[in-house]
Amino acid sequence: MASIVLSNVDKIYAGGVKAVNGLNLEIKDGEFMVLVGPSGCGKSTALRMIAGLEDISGGEIAIGEKVVNHLPPKDRDIAMVFQNYALYPHMTVAENLAFGLKLRKMPKPEIQKRVNQAAKMLGLEQYLKRKPAALSGGQRQRVAMGRAIVREPQAFLMDEPLSNLDAKLRVSMRASLNQMHERLGVTTVYVTHDQVEAMTLGDRVCVLRDGILQQVDTPQNLFDNPVNLFVAGFMGSPSMNFVTAELVQVDGGAAAAFAGFRLPVPASTFTEKPGLDQYLGRKVILGIRPSDFEDAAAANGHTGAGWARLPVRAEVTEELGSEINVLFLIDAPPVEHKDTVAAKDADEDGEPIPLAGDKSLWTARVNARSHVRPGQQTELVVDTHNLHFFDQGSGLAIGHPANVGR
Amino acid sequence: MTTAPVDSGLAGAPRRGVLGRIVDRAGGGLLQVSLIVIALFWLIPTLGLLVVSIRGETYNNSSGWWTAFTRPAELTLENYQNLLATGFTSSFWNTVLITVPATVLVIGIAAMAAYAFAWIEFPGRDLLFLVVIALLIVPIQIALIPIARLYGTLNIAGSILGVVLFHVAFGLPFAVFLLRNFFVGIPRELLEAARMDGAGEWKIFATVVFPLAAPAVASLGIFQFLWVWNDLLVALVFADTENQPMTKALQSQMRQFGTNVDVLAPGAFLSLIIPLVLFFAFQRYFVQGMMAGSVK
Repeated sequence: MASIVLSNVDKIYAGGVKAVNGLNLEIKDGEFMVLVGPSGCGKSTALRMIAGLEDISGGEIAIGEKVVNHLPPKDRDIAMVFQNYALYPHMTVAENLAFGLKLRKMPKPEIQKRVNQAAKMLGLEQYLKRKPAALSGGQRQRVAMGRAIVREPQAFLMDEPLSNLDAKLRVSMRASLNQMHERLGVTTVYVTHDQVEAMTLGDRVCVLRDGILQQVDTPQNLFDNPVNLFVAGFMGSPSMNFVTAELVQVDGGAAAAFAGFRLPVPASTFTEKPGLDQYLGRKVILGIRPSDFEDAAAANGHTGAGWARLPVRAEVTEELGSEINVLFLIDAPPVEHKDTVAAKDADEDGEPIPLAGDKSLWTARVNARSHVRPGQQTELVVDTHNLHFFDQGSGLAIGHPANVGR
Repeated sequence: MTTAPVDSGLAGAPRRGVLGRIVDRAGGGLLQVSLIVIALFWLIPTLGLLVVSIRGETYNNSSGWWTAFTRPAELTLENYQNLLATGFTSSFWNTVLITVPATVLVIGIAAMAAYAFAWIEFPGRDLLFLVVIALLIVPIQIALIPIARLYGTLNIAGSILGVVLFHVAFGLPFAVFLLRNFFVGIPRELLEAARMDGAGEWKIFATVVFPLAAPAVASLGIFQFLWVWNDLLVALVFADTENQPMTKALQSQMRQFGTNVDVLAPGAFLSLIIPLVLFFAFQRYFVQGMMAGSVK
């Protein structure tokens, strides 16, 4: 096992396209690091550079304190799982698993032992004699994992390994991946475009966009404290609601005013977000997570201080069983910042653009006990402690530690 | 989810018009019949050749070969004995000595070149490949005289080596072209997976790419084998009498007057049967999809 350190890594393709731009990333020993971002953000390129399948245009990559910039893949002691599995079709499962060990001239009994161990761990024992063509998608996926495991490498690299599986299998494979990492404790770099996968698997998640690192943090911190509009919009499903609001001074405190509403901003928010007070009297982009809403009627406990009321008309309700997504219109134009647009595009299961005219469509996630129905007037409450504020020009989160002084 | 209106009793059965189904059924039978006719057309002359080759010379000169079916007494192995008496065995071995190396060399060299053209980046690669393609259109006739002179200076004129080299040179462009296009179709991830597993270029070629190319290699092998086996022109120009293959030996048995069919027929049949056996031995590779299950 080893740590992986990327310092100022660049990748420039012929034609001048900068796929990765000055990437700095430290993946600790035994850590599960997820690289996430929309397609074309450079996450796969970064992974392939760690693997040695792509040359590095600039910077330095070290695996276990050894600079590997010019080492071929076979000398980096890492294993990779590919999106389409890339099993050798002319070899049986056992031969697929043993291939890497044979090339390393490992003694036969040792190969046999490791193959059997991995097969047992992955439940592949009865398939060892089969060829990949005779396996289901999930089984092939496990063989691909097994091929990495038997090598006992310093690190696993995984390039969207679950994206070819159907939804149900993906969830169970996600769980077994988690288990496997717990058990083996091998440093893992995992690339995905699926933010749910990123949140559930990663010890830390690294959000990339256009080859530039946006934020690296634990999933919860990314969710709670996104560094900019892009991360805020990309992480979380349904995605964060945005509106251009004015921070106004009212008697007894401050409030965010938009579309005829005034959400009081608690005094604690100003201490948590240094520099926010300078935006008083100015316009900011306000972000509210769908999960920070609640139906006033169903939320008895949430009517005290810090919860502001928001009377709206529910346009659409999506009942998910455990909760209900309430879609409603806010009488303010949608925020068209380059970052929110980029995050929206990337959101694959994003809602279709509705015929909302010049209004923004917001989503609130309320308890399933709520009796809200489409077309109904309803009252929502908002947890004002969890409001997010972004600078209109730069799109950076106001008061985020990483942005102070930027 | 909306439910699609159910308009057909059979779920999953593709809907077809009545006319379509009639054409389908009749067409299926028609197809069978025409295939059988074509097969017979191809088989009858071969069968005739076989019968002629085992029928006495006088009978062959007096009546058609099909009459032999009612008079099995006419059949004899004498023709084959006559053929062997002409020294045909050595020309048979010459053919083998020419064909096998010419096929193996073409496959070996072309596979390695094709791997490089498909998967190794080097400056001028595409231009070089274009040159190889361009060589496809060079007819062998224009090279006969220059190469004959070259062989003269190299002192390999008339030898088996000269014939083999000529066949290899003119077999390579097509072989490289065919194999390169096949290799390019192999998913890149397979090669990358092998690279991650610790394989160098040679190992990737030998253990992953070449085995996967078995169908293409088999087809190429058959084609190349047939071309060389059946070649007469190159043998006429470059092979001495002692190094001549079967085709040239048979040709030398032709006479200005009379057919000499009792020697020609068994010779022709012998030269025909070997490629046939080979074809049937390798035919499963043409049908088999080797790529199934590698990715996705």
